[in-house]
Amino acid sequence: MDNLVFRAGGWLALAALAFMAMALAADGGFAVHMGIITIACLIVLWVTVSKADYGAIARGIIKSPADPGIYDDEPIRWGVIATLFWGMAGFAVGLYIALQLAFPVLNLGLEYTTFGRLRPLHTSAVIFAFGGNALIATSFYIVQRTCRARLAFPGLARFVFWGYQLFIVLAATGYLLGVTQSKEYAEPEWYVDLWLTIVWVSYAVVFIGTIVKRSEPHIYVANWFFLSFILTVAMLHLVNGLAMPVSLLGAKSYSAFAGVQDALTQWWYGHNAVGFFLTAGFLGMMYYFVPKQAERPVYSYRLSIIHFWSLIFLYIWAGPHHLHYTALPDWAQTLGMVFSVILWMPSWGGMINGLMTLNGAWEKIRTDPIIRMMVIALAFYGMSTFEGPMMSIKAVNSLSHYTDWTIGHVHSGALGWNGMITFAALYYLVPRLWGRQRLYSLRMVNWHFWLATFGIVLYAASMWVAGIMQGLMWREYGADGYLVYSFSEVVSAMLPMYLIRALGGLMYLAGAAIMVYNVWMTVAGKLREEKAMTETPHNEAADKPIVAQPAE
Amino acid sequence: MNYEALRQFADSWGLLFMALLWLGFALWTFRPGARHHHDDAAQMIFREHETGGKDGLGEQDNG
Repeated sequence: MDNLVFRAGGWLALAALAFMAMALAADGGFAVHMGIITIACLIVLWVTVSKADYGAIARGIIKSPADPGIYDDEPIRWGVIATLFWGMAGFAVGLYIALQLAFPVLNLGLEYTTFGRLRPLHTSAVIFAFGGNALIATSFYIVQRTCRARLAFPGLARFVFWGYQLFIVLAATGYLLGVTQSKEYAEPEWYVDLWLTIVWVSYAVVFIGTIVKRSEPHIYVANWFFLSFILTVAMLHLVNGLAMPVSLLGAKSYSAFAGVQDALTQWWYGHNAVGFFLTAGFLGMMYYFVPKQAERPVYSYRLSIIHFWSLIFLYIWAGPHHLHYTALPDWAQTLGMVFSVILWMPSWGGMINGLMTLNGAWEKIRTDPIIRMMVIALAFYGMSTFEGPMMSIKAVNSLSHYTDWTIGHVHSGALGWNGMITFAALYYLVPRLWGRQRLYSLRMVNWHFWLATFGIVLYAASMWVAGIMQGLMWREYGADGYLVYSFSEVVSAMLPMYLIRALGGLMYLAGAAIMVYNVWMTVAGKLREEKAMTETPHNEAADKPIVAQPAE
Repeated sequence: MNYEALRQFADSWGLLFMALLWLGFALWTFRPGARHHHDDAAQMIFREHETGGKDGLGEQDNG
């Protein structure tokens, strides 16, 4: 009882502190955020003091199986639902801002809904909310299975989940309110950064703690990738987030770095967020779910280790390619370019390793839509890790930089690789996590696959055309040495491509909506009556022994 | 240590150190006897759980 009073008092004190910070805030954005934190503290206080068993209520709402299982899967179930929720939000905002570019009237004349504020909302929602929740959930699932150990520190694991959702809410509302430190993919301000640090260290403690208490002597390679992702993201976040707040009760802060050092630190962070968040982490998923779904071991375990070390050693140097032809010293630009080009090799080694896992079972691409998703994910991993090094070459970059080609490249990686491997992993997980015989519908997975694939193709192709056209128009000189096109002429020339891109985004979103329905029905325990994906035809006439014909 | 000295150290001894480290890790996977260890590690995700539990899926259990 004393313990309960102590805990409740602590939460109340925190809520009061946050409320005071809200009242004394130097700016509106900070006040709103402290209000959110006050509400969060009060909710935790209520959960602490009320007698209701909220764990049981939550299990009832998401229809968790009665058998708790030998592994701690409850945070993973929440993670799956959060991934789908934030995915839909992020994709929808993406479609909306794509339409804003085609129809500027959709900015609505409000500061909160301008492209500049919604764009970081979109990128953070898809990368950190959708991707991050998927990474946390799958890493917790995989580390338990491959270590044959329950999650270490179950309470802390739950804190990681809820704390991460609070981070997402603070980040997302901050963007709308104009709270930003103006660093791409690191927009949240100092106090949200501090909160994320606490959550992330807890995540590392749970993950490493589970590895430490493993009963399997070898640490499976997927965990290497997850571990490098967790540790590197912590390092990147801490260094790039170094900043001095103007006031302890205000949102604004100034970076510890200035000028070109700031730019290099930012892109050291930014590119390694791609390398370790969107690549290493998702490769961890790939190295577990692809072999499991194909029911074959990975093509070459040795290659997976070399893939790992090469990726780790090379990726960290590639960031300067974001700063070609800027004030960054030339040697640093060249260094970034060279490492980016070398990086092509381990990336393709990994892609080949994943694809060749299907060696001898290629017919699964025809019969199993989840395998099909994994294969297209690997194909896009290969494609974007070829396109990236190519674009990092200075001569190519002089055409592609600042154009929509970059946007197309990012999306072929994000929609194709990250999105598809996540969808495949979720389709694998849902029946297992909820103890269902199979997914509600495999044919809907197939629909999702084709909608998403056509969506990506429309997106990437329209952005190639838009980007190259844009780059060529910008650099076109007339005979008398003047630029031929004004900026606005270039913008209006891209309208058709913007419309095609928005259509691609709509198809991708539609596919994801089908997924939400499919997962919903699977969780509800329903099975759709449907024709099997493949049938083995039986030819009655041919089903007989060869009768020897007597010689004429 | 000033900027020039740091840079020269990084692009000479630092680079050599990192390259040798990578080479060591890569060659270590080719050591004699590693094949058995790797095959075993690759198959590990398919072995039945010693605790007798299941993977979640009743009939398609392959965990």
